[in-house]
Amino acid sequence: MAEITYLEAIRQGLWEEMERDERVFILGEDVGAYGGAFKVTDGFLKRFGESRVIDTPISEAAIVGAAAGAAHMGLRPVAEMQFIDFISCAYDMLTNYVATARYRAGLATPIVVRGPCGGFVRGGPFHSQNPEAAFFHTPGLKIVAPATARDAKGLIKAAIRDDDPVLYLEHKWLYRRIKESLPEGEEILTPIGRARVAREGRDLSIVTYGAMVWKSLEAAEQLDKDGVSVEVLDLRTLLPLDDAAIVATVKKTNKLLIVHEDTRTGGLAGEIAARINEQAFEWLDGPIMRVTAHDVPLPYAPTLEDFVLPQTEDVVKAARWLAAY
Amino acid sequence: MATATAPASKDQSQAELHRRMLRQMLLIRRFEEKAAEAYALGKIGGFCHLYIGQEAVAVGSLNALRDDDYVICSYREHGQALVRGIPATAVMAELFGKATGCSRGKGGSMHLFDAGKRFMGGHGIVGGHIPLAAGLGFAIKYRDGDQLCLCYFGEAAVNIGAFHEALNMASVWKLPVIFCCENNRYGMGTAFERVAAVTDVVEHACSYDLAAELVNGMDALAVYEATTRAVDRARKGGHPTLLEVRTYRFMGHSMSDPLHGVYRTKEEVEEQRQRDPITQMAHKLIGDGVLDQAGVDALDAEVRAEVEAAVQFADQSPDPEPGALLTDVLAE
Repeated sequence: MAEITYLEAIRQGLWEEMERDERVFILGEDVGAYGGAFKVTDGFLKRFGESRVIDTPISEAAIVGAAAGAAHMGLRPVAEMQFIDFISCAYDMLTNYVATARYRAGLATPIVVRGPCGGFVRGGPFHSQNPEAAFFHTPGLKIVAPATARDAKGLIKAAIRDDDPVLYLEHKWLYRRIKESLPEGEEILTPIGRARVAREGRDLSIVTYGAMVWKSLEAAEQLDKDGVSVEVLDLRTLLPLDDAAIVATVKKTNKLLIVHEDTRTGGLAGEIAARINEQAFEWLDGPIMRVTAHDVPLPYAPTLEDFVLPQTEDVVKAARWLAAY
Repeated sequence: MATATAPASKDQSQAELHRRMLRQMLLIRRFEEKAAEAYALGKIGGFCHLYIGQEAVAVGSLNALRDDDYVICSYREHGQALVRGIPATAVMAELFGKATGCSRGKGGSMHLFDAGKRFMGGHGIVGGHIPLAAGLGFAIKYRDGDQLCLCYFGEAAVNIGAFHEALNMASVWKLPVIFCCENNRYGMGTAFERVAAVTDVVEHACSYDLAAELVNGMDALAVYEATTRAVDRARKGGHPTLLEVRTYRFMGHSMSDPLHGVYRTKEEVEEQRQRDPITQMAHKLIGDGVLDQAGVDALDAEVRAEVEAAVQFADQSPDPEPGALLTDVLAE
């Protein structure tokens, strides 16, 4: 078993699906000759040719729009946003055209829009965003956000095979930081809509996703030394949320801390808290807490970025307070 | 077709084409008049944009296509839907919000759809669908097909970025797409020259190295011929074309808007009505001896009956089941 990075896992997943299904093609800025800004699609042009690995103009609306049109015709496009921040240019395409096509016209739009999200890399305000909340309330879309190499591979493959449009948020801070041994020869498919218990625990549940899974696991490790047993639930899919898994962990530990890297107001934590209120209020032994980014644009300066984004110690502090409640 | 055809039979097929085009234009006109009536009666709700005055554009251009070509439209698309062969019953039922509508009552006037007719939708946001046309063309090319995609939009759509992104992309990738701009001179209540630095839409083709043609949109045959040339270019190597078809709508922007008075004069509308594309086409057919006035009247009676039947069908059709509300959001 070879150890591969999160980035290599995405690459392998894409590669395998391109090999498996001729309807799958890749389009985006610099994805072909250059191999992708982060080299996710390095070598694809040589293997699959210009007809399936397509360098586009810097035209995010047309990239997503053309992908949607091709998907309406039965193809399986994977559109890359060079940085996921740029997806805002395609907001009209995704929310008005793509998300509603099945409802208004009975028309499938099996596209994947993927791109690097997230901070911790000093990317500044336009290269560090987490756009999930902007799409989370749009019926007709799915959103996935892998934390592990296994899920990075399993979710890109599942997203490509899915008959609905999927936004695939890959965290750039995890690209080369996370490594994992994946068995060769095994087909890895992560089911969309299913969370994963990343760590078992008894006293408190942390529900989280993306890079925050790792911060939360570090926090859980520290709390363990204090005798606080923390369960960490990695959502993996943000839309649709795995309500059953969230409710199950709350019923088990009776305390819920939600951690996300996205800003606080209107972030996913609010929706998750509301659902627990509706579905498992009686099971709570404390207030639902959240650790999130501050409600500001992401600043460049390292000291400022580190302050704005949730850090392991922020999670530890909140969890310790909640555990003692 | 370059095959040798006896002059008589060529004339005959021409006559048949022209007769069909007149019938289609009449069908749109009568359909839209009934839709206006039904709107006034409250049977059609929301926003309803009529095609009266622009009939020559849809009829002229769509007759140049094959059945296996693709069509994608903006929100003023009742005419295209009817010419493409979606039954008047299914279109009217959609306007009435009925389960038997071509979009099962979930789309409405601006979102007619029929994949079987390769009618890939009306779309209710100005210009946003133009990139989808590039994608339809891309998929045709990906599969080495010889079909093409005909994409309609109004002149106001050229001010949105999606138009420029899509034209550039279609040209760079040599996609078999015809971009058909129906220039009716007003984006709702704003004259094009008040909001566009370049008022000859066809000039935008230069920026993207597209073939281009300026067409008289009140003459169905001129539209037919220009589209036929664009079709040839698209099929032979996928060279996209921008057609600017100058037309005029005789009605307000939508049913809730005034016909004139605010942004255009009554005199202007009256003057344009003298160029009515249906009258022109009927005169031509009578002049060519294809039909006499009685023949024109008979066609008109035929389409009036068809539209009346469509209204009855829509009236009598069931509303969508409440259960349909939650279906087709996602695949499962």
